[in-house]
Amino acid sequence: MNVELPHYTDQTPEVKKRFDELKSRKVILDIQNLNRVFETGDGEVVALKNINFKAYRREFVCVVGPSGCGKSTFIRILAGLDEPTSGQVLVDGNSVSGPGPDRGMVFQRYTLFPWLTVKQNVMFGLEMSNHSKTESESQALQWIDLVGLEKFANAYPDQLSGGMRQRVAIARALANRPRILLMDEPFGALDAQTRCQMQSYLMQIWRNVDITIVFITHDLDESLYLADRVLVLKANPGEVQEIIEVPVPRPRNPDQFVSPEFLATKKHLDTLIHPQDDEEKDDLPIMRMTNVGDEVE
Amino acid sequence: MASKSKWFAIRKELSSKRRLILTVFSFLIPIGTWCAVSYVPWLWHPMIEIEDTGDVSYFREGRLVKKEVFENENEIMASTGKRLASGKRANPVFLPAPHEVVNAFYAAFTTPPRRRGEPWLHESLWHSIQIIFWGFAVSSFFGVPLGILCGSYAVFSRLHEPFVEFFRYLPAPAFGALAVAILGIHDPPKIAIIFIGTFFQQILVISNTTRKLDVALIEAAQTLGAKPIQLLTRVVVPGILPDLYKDMRILLGWAWTYLIVAELVGTMTGITWFIYQQSKYRIYENVYAAIIMIGIIGLSTDLFLAWLGKHLFPWTQTKQSKVSQFLYRLFGPVNQTAFAPVKVEA
Ligand SMILES: Nc1ncnc2c1ncn2[C@@H]1O[C@H](COP(=O)(O)OP(=O)(O)O)[C@@H](O)[C@H]1O
Ligand SMILES: [Mg+2]
Repeated sequence: MNVELPHYTDQTPEVKKRFDELKSRKVILDIQNLNRVFETGDGEVVALKNINFKAYRREFVCVVGPSGCGKSTFIRILAGLDEPTSGQVLVDGNSVSGPGPDRGMVFQRYTLFPWLTVKQNVMFGLEMSNHSKTESESQALQWIDLVGLEKFANAYPDQLSGGMRQRVAIARALANRPRILLMDEPFGALDAQTRCQMQSYLMQIWRNVDITIVFITHDLDESLYLADRVLVLKANPGEVQEIIEVPVPRPRNPDQFVSPEFLATKKHLDTLIHPQDDEEKDDLPIMRMTNVGDEVE
Repeated sequence: MASKSKWFAIRKELSSKRRLILTVFSFLIPIGTWCAVSYVPWLWHPMIEIEDTGDVSYFREGRLVKKEVFENENEIMASTGKRLASGKRANPVFLPAPHEVVNAFYAAFTTPPRRRGEPWLHESLWHSIQIIFWGFAVSSFFGVPLGILCGSYAVFSRLHEPFVEFFRYLPAPAFGALAVAILGIHDPPKIAIIFIGTFFQQILVISNTTRKLDVALIEAAQTLGAKPIQLLTRVVVPGILPDLYKDMRILLGWAWTYLIVAELVGTMTGITWFIYQQSKYRIYENVYAAIIMIGIIGLSTDLFLAWLGKHLFPWTQTKQSKVSQFLYRLFGPVNQTAFAPVKVEA
């Protein structure tokens, strides 16, 4: 199995061409010197430190990093649900100053409105922006079709499985025609098989809709399967550690999980995110276990 | 093997059969005790109902006297060679037997009031129900919006809740005299007592319910472009509605507990007037019947509202299992025509 892996920055001409093309597109998301400091009982927590990043039109960006490194804080600031301590976020050239329909969001927790049917949930955003009822309804049905849930248009969220709920949440966010779709570990609560399915659904939606996606995950495979670029954050303080261009061509399929480019990139990501993983594993618990063993004997 | 499971297991539900048995027993135990005390002659029965007065001058046929008094008098009669009185053991007049109370349920309604112009029982009951209704309605009219505002906005919460928190410890009946002085002796002060007893609890209960709404729903609505007013009307209110409804049922129960006190304020009216009147005439079976009627009206209102709630909020009834099983059976597995999912080989 000791195949020589390519370096993860090596790009085939095809991939390189795609990235050149991507970077020539319009900048949709422009994050400038973003800082976020939380004042807590025992001092300050620097959740985000000096983040600079640009995302281009129709790009798929994944954000990965260890737990507590500020991923949720990051995406909440993009959504306008949290405010930066300093720095700013521009979406389509406009400074973000609060939540708005130009940025859709899908949360890890199920946030469909339980008192509304699937159709009414998807209509919600359209009605907020003063679309007429009939127009909202016909548009909503199209989005429900797109996520393949037309038979469940009149079901309540509680009647749906987790994967179906997240598909409705995606449809609901997209129905507003946002410029950016923000997703905070949207598939984190799903079982492995459903998650795979949801990933390919999402890829197909993304291919069919003019949308830039910022997707948070702690699953490295997921990030490499979905993303054009992966933004790697490190914890304490939450800084950009590296921005990785995923050297896997598109359209992607799960066979590429074993391609050399994929494996090389994954290996690199692994070392970034779990630097001294092996040491940690050997340390404490085993000592404790031997202690317990001694007592028993 | 549910029937083999334990009767005592912390936070485990019992089988439906056992639940039914226990529900029946919860009523049977007090009623059974009452029957036993009433019908088993040697249980309690501290009085003697006189059947033959003998030569005791002040005894009257059918009157109840204490057992000791009766025995004492008979001893005196015996020692002076006079005729002994006789009688049977009985309970005091304030503890009628169950069948007498059951009869009273009918008889109380058909007995005309003693004096002209006084209300019949059904009129008294109706009057009481109106007092409760208006007290609760006025309280809710102000309490529900205020509770929702306090639960939604920190400003309202900080501005109102500390005072409300203090005020709810003041017992509503304490305001009886004031209420009469301000509002007169008829219905308004009574309604005011119900209002005071309900309103302050209502604000706190509803603001807490509002705070329990998942913030993520509000954030989701914000990212969908909802404005502040829309958040309130389109997310907060519908989101808390089923719980709000439950709160209102509990609060209505509280309002009932203030009824008697409220009706004592000013001129006595309603079911309270009936109860006092009947106890003055020493018709205690009517007193019991009236008290039990209050319970029956309260409980049946609550059961009706609970039943209604199931139909008002259909989304709270649709549990994953049954309905989605049904949908799956109708339509097969989730339709995937829009995208053929990419096959994942192990
Ligand atoms: N509201 C808050 N108040 C104080 N500290 C917070 C708050 N939200 C997040 N943090 C802190 O900021 C850091 C980043 O949190 P978060 O963005 O949730 O991380 P992640 O999503 O990557 O797990 C954590 O150390 C967390 O404790
Ligand atoms: Mg998080």
